[in-house]
Amino acid sequence: MLLIHCPYCGDRPEIEFSYGGQAHLARPAKAEELSDEEWAAYLYLRKNPRGLHAERWRHLRGCGRFFNALRDTTNDRFAATYKVGEAPP
Amino acid sequence: MKRQRFSGLSLLWQGLAGHRGWREQWRRAEPKPAYDAVIVGGGGHGLGTAYYLAAEHGLTNIAVVEKGWIGGGNTGRNTTIIRSNYLFDESIAFYDHAVKMWKDLSQVLNYNVMYSPRGVMMIAHNVHDMRMLKRILHANHANGVDNEWLEPAEAKAFCPPLNIGTDIRYPVLGATLQRRGGTARHDAVAWGYARAADALGVDILENCEVTGMQRDAGGAVTALETTRGLIRTSRVGVVAAGNSSVVMRMAGILLPLESFPLQALVSEPVKPVLPCVVMSNAIHAYISQSDKGELVIGAGTDAYTSYTQRGALHVDLHTIEAICELFPCFRRLRMLRNWGGIVDVTPDRSPIVGMTPVPGLFVNCGWGTGGFKATPGSAHVFAWTMAKGEPHPIAAPFSLERFREGRVIDEAAAAGVAH
Repeated sequence: MLLIHCPYCGDRPEIEFSYGGQAHLARPAKAEELSDEEWAAYLYLRKNPRGLHAERWRHLRGCGRFFNALRDTTNDRFAATYKVGEAPP
Repeated sequence: MKRQRFSGLSLLWQGLAGHRGWREQWRRAEPKPAYDAVIVGGGGHGLGTAYYLAAEHGLTNIAVVEKGWIGGGNTGRNTTIIRSNYLFDESIAFYDHAVKMWKDLSQVLNYNVMYSPRGVMMIAHNVHDMRMLKRILHANHANGVDNEWLEPAEAKAFCPPLNIGTDIRYPVLGATLQRRGGTARHDAVAWGYARAADALGVDILENCEVTGMQRDAGGAVTALETTRGLIRTSRVGVVAAGNSSVVMRMAGILLPLESFPLQALVSEPVKPVLPCVVMSNAIHAYISQSDKGELVIGAGTDAYTSYTQRGALHVDLHTIEAICELFPCFRRLRMLRNWGGIVDVTPDRSPIVGMTPVPGLFVNCGWGTGGFKATPGSAHVFAWTMAKGEPHPIAAPFSLERFREGRVIDEAAAAGVAH
């Protein structure tokens, strides 16, 4: 089980969190003007990297707040966690 | 080197000679500078693709490149379940194509893959489960695929250790049973395809990781850069399971995939006690008994994407709790070991099999948590697709374009493993 650092509460066990997938995916402002290609890319295409991954987590069974994390998917070590709205460190 | 044929007589003969006459089952090939086609990924699907390319389409100057050892990925890590009781016509056609091929696979490959159609039982615990399973059952019947409804007492008669008591948290209200479903020996599938492909001249290149892809001015594939040197080829089939995103990015293609750890565990071996495969989607139990006697248990995926081939223990505990309630007699069994594999999951839980925007590049991925059952069918239609340069009719609905066109095949309910 992972030990995850919530930027608001500190270190907590993984079972207190829910995972939110790839971070920094902004819903396109004018969705009605997108081509099918662009809309499908927003909905479905993911980087899925082997290495550092910027991802969303939510401290669901704690403070309830969303935050972002940088985690290495080759060893599951967190490089950093940071608040929503901040750029990845 | 001529391939040794396996038979009862050859076993007896070798036994009398002290088993000293068995030869290597496939060559330790050296990479040639160029091939007519190269398969990336030496699991069951990739080795099978190479076999069918050689056996049915006459392409014998081909190679399978594998970064580790063959069958060391998900082919050797899954829980070996075979079934075709999916919901949508496209999926039923695909998975049943595979089930039909499992039937004769040992004879075709001259290799005992130990296909055992012992029945796959899927349990309903509430009215919603019952509706969903009956809907799947009717969809199966409409497609000519066997599946039957069992009341709790009938389920108990077919699978005696099952607890059908009404006092448990999630009582058994009924079940479906696909009798043609069952299990096969996963390692034997990889080895059998490798041996049969090798006998037709296919080079199997282990410890050969693809590190880059070269393309010409028109974008078409021209060569693979590997840890064992440059291999020129104009046709590449990527069958890399959890690492598909990594390989396809080398050609500039982003896939609708996320790679998650999926765990399995086995108990100490015991005498035959569980006669069929039992699955419960609602409480996530997933169990069968191997011919060695171990109870083979499949857990759910971990929450986060990863390439570590390991997961967290609380995910295993979740399924163990469900199994202890459904099978109280297993409570005192000790678990021997657990492990993880990396599964490539698509948004609609259906695979992606076919062409790509890059000329000469084909992809077979996205099998997620349920690829083993499809191995022969997937390999068969993918080889056809690669040989003819157009999608096999069974594979056609599973194109990469379906996400752009909104033709997703949403098998989340029938995929069997909670995500």
